[in-house]
Amino acid sequence: MRKAFVNQLVEEAKHNDKIFLLTGDLGFHALEPFIEAYPDRFLNCGINEQAMIGLAAGLAMGGFNVYIYSIANFPSLRCIEQIRNDVAYPKLNVKIVSVGVGFAYSALGASHQATEDMGMMRAIPNMVICTPCDPSETTQIIAMSAKYDGPMYLRLGKAREKEVFEKVDEFEIGDFHAYQESDTPNALFVSGSIADYAVNWIKENQISTAIYSVPFVKPINQSQLKEIITRHSNIVVLEEHQLSCGLGSAIVEQANDMFANGMIPEYPKIHRIGIHDLFLHVCGTTPSLREKAFLTLDKGLFV
Amino acid sequence: MNSVELAKKIRLVTAEMVYKASASHIGGALSMADILAVLYADVLQFDPNNPSDDNRDRFILSKGHTCASYYATLGIMGYFPMSYLDGFAQEGSLLLEHTSHYVPGVELSTGSLGHGLPVGCGIAYGAKKLHKNYRTYVIVGDGDMEEGSNWEALLLGAQLKLDNLCLIIDYNKIQCFGRTNEIINLEPFKEKLDAFNWNCIELDGHDHDALRNAFKEAEQTKGKPTVILANTIKAKGWKSMEDTLFSHYHSPNDEEYKQLMEDLSK
Ligand SMILES: [Mg+2]
Repeated sequence: MRKAFVNQLVEEAKHNDKIFLLTGDLGFHALEPFIEAYPDRFLNCGINEQAMIGLAAGLAMGGFNVYIYSIANFPSLRCIEQIRNDVAYPKLNVKIVSVGVGFAYSALGASHQATEDMGMMRAIPNMVICTPCDPSETTQIIAMSAKYDGPMYLRLGKAREKEVFEKVDEFEIGDFHAYQESDTPNALFVSGSIADYAVNWIKENQISTAIYSVPFVKPINQSQLKEIITRHSNIVVLEEHQLSCGLGSAIVEQANDMFANGMIPEYPKIHRIGIHDLFLHVCGTTPSLREKAFLTLDKGLFV
Repeated sequence: MNSVELAKKIRLVTAEMVYKASASHIGGALSMADILAVLYADVLQFDPNNPSDDNRDRFILSKGHTCASYYATLGIMGYFPMSYLDGFAQEGSLLLEHTSHYVPGVELSTGSLGHGLPVGCGIAYGAKKLHKNYRTYVIVGDGDMEEGSNWEALLLGAQLKLDNLCLIIDYNKIQCFGRTNEIINLEPFKEKLDAFNWNCIELDGHDHDALRNAFKEAEQTKGKPTVILANTIKAKGWKSMEDTLFSHYHSPNDEEYKQLMEDLSK
């Protein structure tokens, strides 16, 4: 996904001379296409994320559309107050890109596992938060982000993810991305690169269900959500993030409010699959860590 | 209005604002009054009728809690009618007790320390990238300089050779709980700033000529940013409160206010 990000950013920079790329000394063997094409619009800030966010805010005040590249929790938790005060409050045009979220940096340990970042970002006003599920969705969302004037937090996988979803023509900020429809009560919502596992598991187990990639946790297209949860009464949400504050939480909150406000006549069953308030401290591949964190689908979830 | 007249007026207006609002932080608002006066009388390029003029110099107050004298300065310079200042810390007013970018003339909201200099670096770096001539000025406090993010920004500013950036440290040597050297000793301060590859000028932060000369030197210094280490006196001008921790919190009562206005009118 980082390749998809860099390539699309190079594309965007061709016709947008305000695009600027910062890194906190990460992205070796990833950012080179941009650095080579636009050396004057790239800066390695060194390892100082707090100052880097401030620097990005200052650049954005001068009219730049600033992308910040780093990995895991470094461009998020490490500098969350700078993001809140210096970027989100004045609604500046800064795009924070974190690569390798969830358990992508599996054996690097808890420091490199971004599993709470979405929750922290969700709480901040003016933030758009997005976790694409595969390289082509990443490409589409980076193109979208270049046209969006405001703060965004983009959570990407790492490298060599497979293409899972078909490209769709109409795709706006907040939209659900349908993989397949179904007239059963089942609908699966998945965000991030764990979508690959989910889609394959559904195929292998021959489950009849609608499948949606839900890249945006904020904002969420309310009318689409309403339409889906009116049509489907059994929703399964799978994400590589703490259960307390991720996509599942956001869906439950929205469904709850729609029900409370009388927008939907019935409240659907919503099964949330996410990390149960724990850290992992053992080595393992990404799939094995996901399993250890109980990020697995089960036939009992579907009707 | 020359800088001395301006400084006097800033102090009088600040005292009135803080008294009426029963606000804190008059000590730090008064210690930086001369720096503000020299900046706004003699250094900064700005047009109060066009606060978003692209060519304006950028000014950031990082120690946002002492915004009373900054707001007073903006009022005196004509960014808004002086009556606007009556709203300081009052219900419904935009004049919060920390600097707010919703106030005309303010670039950045501050309040949490350690934010002004990194953003200032970004503005200055952006100006270089855009080939713009405006300069960026940031005032920080000494307590402010205990934040790691400021030292990150010192590294960045030197690395990027931001000679269009000038940092001013309002070094009144008092913070929340007492003397800075007893809480987090910043000394040897000038040597540290020199070692970070900034052009460091140490001076008396109440000496207008010294300040003017330093700002001139900053403008002429190429290849590195300038930091003015301004030795100041907390609550400067309020005789009985000068150099006291008490002035960090205390708002003048009726009797003290009378004395304060007398002190400042001299
Ligand atoms: Mg102080």
